[in-house]
Amino acid sequence: MSNNMGKPNLEVFAETLLNEAKKNSKILVTTSDSRGSGKLVPYSKELPEQIIEVGIAEQNLVGISAGLSAAGKKVFAVSPASFLTARALEQIKGDIAYSDLPVCLVGISAGISYGQLGSTHHSIHDYAVLRCIHNMSIVAPADNFETIQAIKQAVNFKSPLYLRFGKKPMLDISHENKDFNIGKAKFVTKGEDVLLMATGETVQRAYLAAQILSEKDIHATVISMHTIKPFDAETFLSESRKSKVILSIEEHSIHGGLGEQCASILAQNDIKTNFKILGIPDEYMINGTQSDVLDYYEMSPEKISKTVLTLLSK
Amino acid sequence: MEQSKLQRKSIEYRKTILKIIFESGAGHTGGSLSCIDILNVLYNSVMDITPENFSSFDRDHFIQSKGHSVEALYTVLLDCGFYKKEDLGTLNNFNSHFIGHPTKKVLGIEHNTGALGHGLSVAVGMALGLKMDQKKHQVYALLGDGELSEGSVWEAAMTASKYELENLTAIIDRNRLQITGSTEEVNPIEPLQDKFLSFGFNVIEVKGNDIASLVEVFQKPKKEKNKPNLIIANTIKGAGISFMENQVSWHHKVPSQSEYDLAIHELNEAFENVQ
Repeated sequence: MSNNMGKPNLEVFAETLLNEAKKNSKILVTTSDSRGSGKLVPYSKELPEQIIEVGIAEQNLVGISAGLSAAGKKVFAVSPASFLTARALEQIKGDIAYSDLPVCLVGISAGISYGQLGSTHHSIHDYAVLRCIHNMSIVAPADNFETIQAIKQAVNFKSPLYLRFGKKPMLDISHENKDFNIGKAKFVTKGEDVLLMATGETVQRAYLAAQILSEKDIHATVISMHTIKPFDAETFLSESRKSKVILSIEEHSIHGGLGEQCASILAQNDIKTNFKILGIPDEYMINGTQSDVLDYYEMSPEKISKTVLTLLSK
Repeated sequence: MEQSKLQRKSIEYRKTILKIIFESGAGHTGGSLSCIDILNVLYNSVMDITPENFSSFDRDHFIQSKGHSVEALYTVLLDCGFYKKEDLGTLNNFNSHFIGHPTKKVLGIEHNTGALGHGLSVAVGMALGLKMDQKKHQVYALLGDGELSEGSVWEAAMTASKYELENLTAIIDRNRLQITGSTEEVNPIEPLQDKFLSFGFNVIEVKGNDIASLVEVFQKPKKEKNKPNLIIANTIKGAGISFMENQVSWHHKVPSQSEYDLAIHELNEAFENVQ
């Protein structure tokens, strides 16, 4: 394993989308005063005719995106994940998902990327609320490679899609596996002892935890579960049958996200295993940087590996 | 289409609205009756929308943001040949696509609505898309007056003005009643004209249940360059049926057999009196 630090996924998203939009005039960005935070200033300068600015009005952002999509545009609606998926949830539900318009909703500065700005700005609810909306697909790329692939596939995606990006530079976790398809689990490492299921920015933490474990001769399969919905239950089931311990790791509430999806599949398939959900507990969340908060809630590579050891010794 | 023919259609449409609500046992009677003349004029003498061109975006567009008055829309689309009478006969049946709010499962319906305050944003997006592609077609959105309490309407109004959407016409079905009572008691929306003027709209008032006035406003709109249009259609909730007019109780009341018979009787008399 090698550890090469890449760029923030958000930057790669904006660069990739600009490249795609230069080739395809149907691509439009809609944004709610989030050009700067979405790294879209170069895009707006190069393609001023392909960006629509609606101001700080997320409901309107989603509604207008629906209308533009009906008019044949391929719309990427870019807004902070927290506001996009909470304030505009009804528009997502009615105007995008129920009306079956293939808008790509891009939740930026997702999870707890905003750190000390506090809970108003955090989106640890987005998987939960979007998972129970029929016709929504949910994707959280882990690194720059996955981001590029996700954007390219999003351009041709035929149904509503939500993409989730954080702000921090991400480790390249795709150097051994370049097989990225929306809806299909992606192996980061393969090992026979432990299964680490992670998504988005927590994948690199699982990857680093696997490195710590390998020094103790414990071998982990790390899966980048970039697609939260539709969930690749088949791959998860086949891997979970092989592993003594399963951990899910997500930058999201422990309610309604990756962990509960895994738990549901395990329980309904009668798989008895040592399973633990790591995420943000249901409490008044501690304040800090994204990194400090994830560490505090036992999602540092060290703590993940310790939890694995504890579960293995049971 | 001749105005007398449109007037007869309005009466026939009212009979259909009452029939489908009566037979299916549910519906928004008052609001469907208040907006039916607007839909009649738009679909029969203004808009370029047909079953044949519907699958193309290269035509006019109509979004019924006040989705609950879907019985009016179903009635007009039926008459325009979008589906058969038998299909509409399944209204509110188990597994029917004809339900209490518009969905795209029914041919002729542009967008799924029902939750209020959504339609204008979607219409803005459509109008913007047409404008970007230099298409001449128009987008119409019908809103309820109670609906104007939704903040998202005003978000959409700002963007319509920013992008100078002359091809957009929002219509307010100004029947002055909502489910609880008078709009001005529930949450006042006046001065409505001033509000939209200050948002940069070209504002026009019209007698919303008067065919001649509607024809004039829609066929020869007095547009202002680079401004979106707002038509305040002053209507009567329950229009056309004496005992339903201006009665908040008819918001979504279903007529009894005797009320239904009486209403049809009134409409038959009105039909005979059309000049």
